[in-house]
Amino acid sequence: MSKRVKGNRPLSPHLTIYRPQMSSISSILVRITGVSLALGFILIITWLLAASTNVYYFDCINSILTSWFGIIVLIGSVWALCYHSLGGIRHLIWDMGFGFDLKIADRLGWMVIIGSFVLTIFVVYYSGLLL
Amino acid sequence: MTFRTDRAKVLGLGSAKSGADHWFGERLKSVALIPLTIIFVSIVAPLIGKDHTTVISSFQNPFVSISLILFFLVSFKHLEEGLQVVIEDYVHSKGSLLLLIIFNKLFCWTFGLAAVFAILKITFAG
Repeated sequence: MSKRVKGNRPLSPHLTIYRPQMSSISSILVRITGVSLALGFILIITWLLAASTNVYYFDCINSILTSWFGIIVLIGSVWALCYHSLGGIRHLIWDMGFGFDLKIADRLGWMVIIGSFVLTIFVVYYSGLLL
Repeated sequence: MTFRTDRAKVLGLGSAKSGADHWFGERLKSVALIPLTIIFVSIVAPLIGKDHTTVISSFQNPFVSISLILFFLVSFKHLEEGLQVVIEDYVHSKGSLLLLIIFNKLFCWTFGLAAVFAILKITFAG
C-alpha cells in the first residue's frame, strides 16, 4: 500500500477523520458480530461432536457451557447472532434500494440495536439458559 | 470492428469472466439464513444444559436433523464468504492474504463438515 502513495499526493479523506455516525457504527458492528460468531459456532459444534461421541465427553463440554463463564459466552453469542441477523436484514433492505433516507436509516439502526437486546432477552427466557 | 465472438456477446460477460452471481449468491444465503436461524435457535437453545439422553433423543425427529444440517451447510458457506471479504478488506500483503484465505477455507470446511458428521452420527447411531 505505502509504495503507491510516494510523494506528496493528496489522499481522499479517510475513515478516521469522520465523526462516528449511527449508520457507520451499527454497520461495522454487523461485521464484528459476524466474525465473533465463528467462536460461537466452534462452541456449538464442539457440543454436538461431544454429544455424538459419548456421555463422558458430553458431560465435560456441558459443564463448561453451563458454568458462569460458559453462560456469559453463550448469551454473548446469542446477542451477536440477533444483532448480526437484524443488521443483515437492514443491509438486505439497503441492497434492494430502500431506506437510504437519513431519518429512516437512523431509525433502522436504532431498531437493530434495541431489537437485538429484546430478541436476546426473549431467547434467554425461552431457552431457560439462566435457570 | 469487434473482436468479440458471438458466444461472448450472448454470455454478456467482459474480462471479469463472471457476473453478479457471486454477489447474488451471498445475498441468497443471507436470506435463506433468516428462517434457518430461527429454526436453529428454537431447536438448539432449549437443549443447552440438558442431559445427554434428552439431547440425543431430540435428534430422532428427522425435521430436527435435516433443518440443522441445512443450517450448518448454509451458515458455514456464509461464514467463509463473509470472513473472506473481511480478510480482503484489511489484509494488504499478498502473501498473508493468500495464506489467510486458504486457512479460512480450511477452517470453515472443517467445522462445517464436523457439524454435519456429528448430526448424522447422533441421528443414525445415537
